[in-house]
Amino acid sequence: MKDSHAHPGHGAGHDHGGPQSFWRKYVFSVDHKVIGIQYMITSFLFLLIGFGMISLMRYQLAWPSPPDDFDPEKLGMIRGTLAWLLGDRMEYGFMKPDFYNQLGAMHGTIMIFLGVVPLGVAAFGNFVVPLQIGAPDMAFPRLNMMSYWIYLVGGIVMLSSYFAPDGFPQSGWTSYAPLSVVAPPGQTIWCIAMIIIITSSLFGAINFIVTMLNMRCQGMSLGRMPVFCWAQLVTAVLLLVAFPVLEGGALLQLLDRVAGTSFYIPKDMMYGSTVFPAAGGGSPILWQHLFWFLAHPEVYVLLLPAMGVVSEIIATNTRKPLFGYKEIVGSMILIGVLSFVVWAHHMFLSGMRTSLANLFVTTTLTISVPSVAILTCLLLSLRGGAIRFNTPMLFALSFLPMFGIGGLTGLPLGFAPTDLHLHDTYYVIGHFHYVVAPGSLAALMGATYYWYPKMFGRRMNDTLGKIHFWMTIVPMNFIFFPMLFQGMHGMQRRLADPTLQWHNLPVQGWSVIMLFAVVTLAIGQIPFLFNFFWSLRNGEVVEENPWNSTTLEWACPSPPPHGNFLKEPVVFRGPYEYSVPGHKTDYLPQDEAA
Amino acid sequence: MSTAAATAAAAHGSQFDTNTGISHAKLGTWAFLASEIMLFGGLISAYVILRSGSSHMAIPPRALMGVPLATFNTFALITSSVTMVLALAAIKENDIPKFARYIGATIGGGCIFLVVKAYEYHHKWEEGITISSNLFGSFYYTLTGLHVLHVTGGILLMLFILITGLRGAYSPENHERVEAAGLYWHFVDLVWVILFPILYLL
Repeated sequence: MKDSHAHPGHGAGHDHGGPQSFWRKYVFSVDHKVIGIQYMITSFLFLLIGFGMISLMRYQLAWPSPPDDFDPEKLGMIRGTLAWLLGDRMEYGFMKPDFYNQLGAMHGTIMIFLGVVPLGVAAFGNFVVPLQIGAPDMAFPRLNMMSYWIYLVGGIVMLSSYFAPDGFPQSGWTSYAPLSVVAPPGQTIWCIAMIIIITSSLFGAINFIVTMLNMRCQGMSLGRMPVFCWAQLVTAVLLLVAFPVLEGGALLQLLDRVAGTSFYIPKDMMYGSTVFPAAGGGSPILWQHLFWFLAHPEVYVLLLPAMGVVSEIIATNTRKPLFGYKEIVGSMILIGVLSFVVWAHHMFLSGMRTSLANLFVTTTLTISVPSVAILTCLLLSLRGGAIRFNTPMLFALSFLPMFGIGGLTGLPLGFAPTDLHLHDTYYVIGHFHYVVAPGSLAALMGATYYWYPKMFGRRMNDTLGKIHFWMTIVPMNFIFFPMLFQGMHGMQRRLADPTLQWHNLPVQGWSVIMLFAVVTLAIGQIPFLFNFFWSLRNGEVVEENPWNSTTLEWACPSPPPHGNFLKEPVVFRGPYEYSVPGHKTDYLPQDEAA
Repeated sequence: MSTAAATAAAAHGSQFDTNTGISHAKLGTWAFLASEIMLFGGLISAYVILRSGSSHMAIPPRALMGVPLATFNTFALITSSVTMVLALAAIKENDIPKFARYIGATIGGGCIFLVVKAYEYHHKWEEGITISSNLFGSFYYTLTGLHVLHVTGGILLMLFILITGLRGAYSPENHERVEAAGLYWHFVDLVWVILFPILYLL
């Protein structure tokens, strides 16, 4: 499976083995760095699409229904444009509930499976992991290229469901049966697209595992691997073992929809005013089990790469060794193991036995222990450090309190008694968005600033970066914190018009504030996009190690040539030897002979 | 444990100077099989749970299931696993004709399995056990259908191994791909050994 182009130690001459055509070099490349950048750009595009959808939904939620003095003749600019663009779906600029459900389902699916996971795992994992372990490429370069193209096809198939009769799938990203089985045809495309996307990430996971177990350079024992690599290794195992279960589940749902099977259809299910035409006898709860058996490890797939990124950035920018390397790695492994035995805490309301619920309460609260251990280690890493407050560090620092809020708000959801009240409210939405958006996603934005110099040989502008940071973190808090209030007040998720329930009226005002925060957040991404493209040509040119860091990715040229390292790296020590007494600089790279 | 040696080893398959001492191909195959176990494991668990939990899982009479034919099929598949082992042993002795015969026998075993399976499907469909007739039918066709896809993929893989083997791609020093294909084939065999009792006998 080894591609003939990927010999190590050939230095800057990356055109050995004949000149590469444009297509081979930038489009159908087998180089892990190009594939990583392809993944990065594609997942940023999907993130933008998902953000666009949710912006539209937040606009709807701010003013969900026409006021008493509403005049259909004078719609105003925004409503007029929306009504013109989306026609029936947004008549008079107010969203039809069906369309709201479609956007909601697609927002979740896109953000998780096509946005954050590919960004954290495939983009940065692909680019950074082989560099950090001193390998010339991934173990299976052609399989790597295939993963990317399968992912892209899966994403396009997913979006193409817009053209199905009745549009996008509308059963939520969780696609709960039996509603998802009786839903319009878009849901069939969801099942097919999910099977394609899962296939892609399975190939990726196999590649990562083999690369990290087999291709470490001389001296790079597992105990010397940077935390980011460890996070990717645990993540790859989670992807490998958890995803196939959903693949099977999606296959069963697909057959329920197209082949007349009844895995998720109970006997004599009433649909509308008739009995649903299927043999019946299946169980809708079965879907929930199969789904959450994937989807809870998936939460840690979203989170672990971000923790790895934050560890790298914090160690570099505090100029001192990471506090508790072994504890962090051990906790990550423990999280990986425990994440397989907590899934049913999403299902306390499904009528499960109390004794079973108790079991899952216990495991769920146990998994918070390693998470808190990691957070504590990262916090203690700051103590006594000479902190450099550059853009990546700001994102890494903000990860700590943001993930803290996300984790702490999760505890009441892990307890069955409190969960009964909070289940399916905006509290849940606020909780997991704190983990994923200002937590994971912000950390991955920090990773973009941190590894950009390695990717393109130039640094991104720090002032624009700081503007981007503040305009990202502050609005995100104004979006997600009010959700906790609304949820505790009893406002349920997935309602196109919450004001139809009178008990939601007192907290409806927050939705207007949240909309303004969404607009600010959108404007705040403009400096980032500008910075990203402007710095390609105009950023400060940097040498191989612009942050004076110790890990191996900084030992090769920026950007690294085909084959990565000019000479084969040899590792002499652990990953975070900063401020070693007696050494001439305050950092001692892993590959420097003492 | 240098990467240059690792890369060279992967390219030529002559030695495995990797960190684990196991070739990329073999380690990757094991990882792939781990995910396959979870795929079949999830589906089989779903079957076990609904079979013990649902009151509408009507099990067809054993006569309708055609146990003797399925037993013959099990035998055919297990035999093909044995010939796969012998094929690997033959390539280790650098006996290409013997290797080709045994790989051919493996392909033959897989094909016999598919033909019998096709007959079984036809027969059951005629008898009214269809994918939508009841919950058992749904599981029967889904589980065995997914397995049939895996057998088909395995036969294509074996054809590839046979053709490349006849062109001299494998030798006593370099037979990792044959071994990896063998691992996959044994796995497919093993899945059937689990599916056969839970669908036909219990």
